[in-house]
Amino acid sequence: MEDAAVQPVQVHAPPEGFIRKFVFSLDHKMIGKQYYGLALMAVFMGMVLSWFMRFHLVWPDAKIPGLGAIAPTGAPGGVITPEYYLSLLTMHGTLMVFFVLTNAPFAGFGNYFLPIQIGAEDMAFPRFNMMSFWTTLVAFIVLVSAFFIPDGPPISGWTAYAPLSAVGKDAGPGLGWGQNLWAMSIALFCVGQLLGSLNFIATTLDLRAKGMTLMRMPICTWAWFITSCIGLLAFAVLLPACLLLLLDRMAGTSFFIPSGLVVSDRLQNHAGGSPLLWQHLFWFFGHPEVYIAILPAVGIVSHVLITSMRKPLLSAKVMIYSMMSIGFLSWMVWGHHMFVSGMNPFSSLLFSFPTLTITIPATIITLIWLGSLFGANIQINSASLFALGFVSMFVSGGVSGFFLAQPSIDIYLHATYFVVGHFHMVMGVAAIFGILSGTYFWFPKMSGRMMNETLGQIHFWITFVGTYCIFMPFHYLGLVGNVRRYSSFVDDFMAPLMPVHKFISIAAFITGAAQLIFLYNLIHSRFRGKIAPENPWNATSLEWSIPSPPPWNNFGDKHPVVFHDPYQYGVKGSKGDFVMQDSPEQVVGGWDK
Amino acid sequence: MGKFFGVILVLITLVSAYPIVTHKFVQPVDISTHGHAIDEQLADTMAEAGLAFVGAQLLLAFFVWKFSNRKDGSKVVHLPGGAKLMVATAFIFIGTEVLALGVLGQKAWADVYFTAPKPDAMQIQAQAGQFAFYFRYPGADGRFGPLHPDKIDEGNQNYFGLDPANDVEARDDIVTAELTIPINREIHLLLHAKDVGHSFYVRELRLQQDFVPGLDLSLHFTATKTGKYEIVCTQLCGLGHYNMKAYLNVLAQDEFDKWLKDRAAEQ
Amino acid sequence: MASTVVQHAAPPPLAERHGRERATRSGIWVAIFAITMSFAAFTSALMVRQGSGDWKHIVPPPVIYLNTVALLISSITLERARNRATSGSRPQLRNGLPWIVVTFVLGLFFVLGQYLVWRQLAAQGLYLATTSNSSFFYVFTVMHALHLLGGIVALTYLIAQITSRQGQPRWSLFDGAATYWHFMGVLWLYLLFVISTRL
Repeated sequence: MEDAAVQPVQVHAPPEGFIRKFVFSLDHKMIGKQYYGLALMAVFMGMVLSWFMRFHLVWPDAKIPGLGAIAPTGAPGGVITPEYYLSLLTMHGTLMVFFVLTNAPFAGFGNYFLPIQIGAEDMAFPRFNMMSFWTTLVAFIVLVSAFFIPDGPPISGWTAYAPLSAVGKDAGPGLGWGQNLWAMSIALFCVGQLLGSLNFIATTLDLRAKGMTLMRMPICTWAWFITSCIGLLAFAVLLPACLLLLLDRMAGTSFFIPSGLVVSDRLQNHAGGSPLLWQHLFWFFGHPEVYIAILPAVGIVSHVLITSMRKPLLSAKVMIYSMMSIGFLSWMVWGHHMFVSGMNPFSSLLFSFPTLTITIPATIITLIWLGSLFGANIQINSASLFALGFVSMFVSGGVSGFFLAQPSIDIYLHATYFVVGHFHMVMGVAAIFGILSGTYFWFPKMSGRMMNETLGQIHFWITFVGTYCIFMPFHYLGLVGNVRRYSSFVDDFMAPLMPVHKFISIAAFITGAAQLIFLYNLIHSRFRGKIAPENPWNATSLEWSIPSPPPWNNFGDKHPVVFHDPYQYGVKGSKGDFVMQDSPEQVVGGWDK
Repeated sequence: MGKFFGVILVLITLVSAYPIVTHKFVQPVDISTHGHAIDEQLADTMAEAGLAFVGAQLLLAFFVWKFSNRKDGSKVVHLPGGAKLMVATAFIFIGTEVLALGVLGQKAWADVYFTAPKPDAMQIQAQAGQFAFYFRYPGADGRFGPLHPDKIDEGNQNYFGLDPANDVEARDDIVTAELTIPINREIHLLLHAKDVGHSFYVRELRLQQDFVPGLDLSLHFTATKTGKYEIVCTQLCGLGHYNMKAYLNVLAQDEFDKWLKDRAAEQ
Repeated sequence: MASTVVQHAAPPPLAERHGRERATRSGIWVAIFAITMSFAAFTSALMVRQGSGDWKHIVPPPVIYLNTVALLISSITLERARNRATSGSRPQLRNGLPWIVVTFVLGLFFVLGQYLVWRQLAAQGLYLATTSNSSFFYVFTVMHALHLLGGIVALTYLIAQITSRQGQPRWSLFDGAATYWHFMGVLWLYLLFVISTRL
């Protein structure tokens, strides 16, 4: 059906004025930077919260200067109360998992680079894109506001298990309006992510440039695409869960609360609900969520490694299919968070097998990276160091999964520091390394300036060694049975372990402080860095064929056309050992696929 | 810098492996009848995961050491065998390994969850509530009195909400703050949650199970060594979660009988 | 084996526009997928809860069937609009406007009718928190009505665009709104089935 009217080719007009350029921007690049900036704020906040936690665990009676003024009930005189510790823990987890790990690698870099890498002028729905960021920002503000209400933030963890999270303030401090704000924030976050995923999927399917078949998209584009498919379905389940939780809390329903509960001497007026229902709904979202957190990093690291190695991966197709398998399997494993939850023990075995099976595509991915490093010529710089560090962390974090995937071993290791070590290594370190690698790699393109390489490498070495010092000992603590989510360790059992905790805390402070080097580098380079060329890394994908920073419509008046995949490295090109994706020149000396 | 990466990574790998290889952090001694299967599974997994960890990190270290910033002008080449070799390795080695772990590990799980308690197992009820565990023995009649949540009165030590005035079975129920049991006798522990989710964890028993409000869950086990062991709550239950614990006392049979008689007299 | 692709291409005409039309179609289906997943989550919540015994069947107030008929007819009228807009000597969206308006009115009728259902339930003493199945009744019907309101807003926008402009709005706007609208009908049939057999 043809329209009679002629439509403008641009998806939106060039931005005019400060508000349109920097605030309510429709430009995917500005939106990507806004998401990244939000993630940066959230990560520093989350890190400071973790410092308070680590400080309190080792020096429980210490008066932390200034904290008494910010939280007079939670930390009177600067001494953290048990409930405030749990508030810190809850907000740390919520900020990090949602506002950092779902934002930066996916919404941040994905928004910025997916349209460019497929040769599009912008996302398919720029208005929805803008709405998705602003919804996420409002969600962030709602969440953080819980710090400033009299009763404080919730104490039920980022997992908010019912009935603790559902019965209301009878169950403890922060579980009144604090928990309400948490649930509302997460519900809003879901809406923002759904709008974002919608954009990513439609854009990838329909706005690719001529010659850009799906298999010619860069691996990180594939990662963003697969992540957005997972996110679409996962957040579509979390949103109903949060709504049902809010109804239990505010409208007297009993989705998650059974009858006969006596909380703080008060018999609760609920009946018929199921606490396990919350866990099923939450983890049905929650497990795919962790793959949402890691897959973009897998994609970014692959992208950076290929450029740095000056050769393609052994097989990009295998990498892509492995990511797809992980995405597919991620829907079948959620019960491994619930092995000892009281669900049918036979289900536990059923969940254990796909969980163990995910090891296979994860191993394929790791072996492809390792195997590709053979015979390479790795150019070492901050970006490639963080990418290589990611591979190391992915292995370390992954092998502890071998243990937790088995229900019999989980009987002993569940809810110990072993679990905390596992997920911090894969999410709290590996995924962050992916973000950092992407930052060092793409900063020149986004800002037009180079970051300081010396500072970048100092940042890497302290962070790489430091995060191993922090999180490797968590596994040892778990093996002896150190329970998690304890605000203090008050008994004889724990006394011999305190030196380990001290070591961890000190390592955490040093490593955290080193992140200020990164922050300084980021800000200083933005204004004073060396001017960056169009293609400082001699890379092939489409983002390196446009100016640094790109114009508002990415490709100007050109419509890019691509002629092959973006892995033409180690070949004889007119510009060197590579041929750009949009170059029609003949590729000599290519690779067996 | 590439060589430095290789060296640092080797050091990290060796330092990480050292405490494991020298058994510096191990589970406390197993006092259960089913626990050895779990411990064996854990040891097998540690060996395989350990080998995978060390192997992968050393390979990464070596490749970065050898193949970074090369100045010799040689061409970049692919690993012989290519992606096919990597996929085959993943399927054959890792696939077999993890599935073997899964299949073999079933028995340890089944020992805990797929066997029914023996008919003569001693029934004890455990109640978890913010922030303490209480235990109830059925007394001479061998039956538990019904629970009435509206009658719970902590001030008068009616933790379970019993109504001995109206319920005959409740009159001889024995309520204690410690889980005292005889050695080598199977215990059938009934789990009841009073308010929110909690969990029962005794490291030495190799047992962990959530208390779920509204669900009747239970565990059965046999303790094989006398002594005093910690029961800790492992499901976040509120501000007192860190301090929510009780003790498991395993006594010789005659000492237990005396203890129970003393407690009955006190009720 | 070297890949030897040598090509020079002129900028494709109007490729962006066609891409964006396709993207709107994809977008609607993606949204439908997500909404389906959400209602699947609500359904699974229902299935888990049905395990517990306290379930007294709710007889839905009969007006719910009238609402259903209205919604189904509104899908037919929307397809009539499509027919009008694409046939004849000068096909344009404006030709379908009367039928679009009828659809819009039927949609409003449905939502108001649902409101009547809720009032009638309340008169029987069944509110959101009264029993487990009343909770689900309200959750299902309110969530559907809210999503349908989204469709009504889309139709409003479509009508405004058709009536106010000299030219015409994009075809994909109508096509997307229509697909979404039909999905709302299908979803409602499913929910009605669940309500009448399971609640």
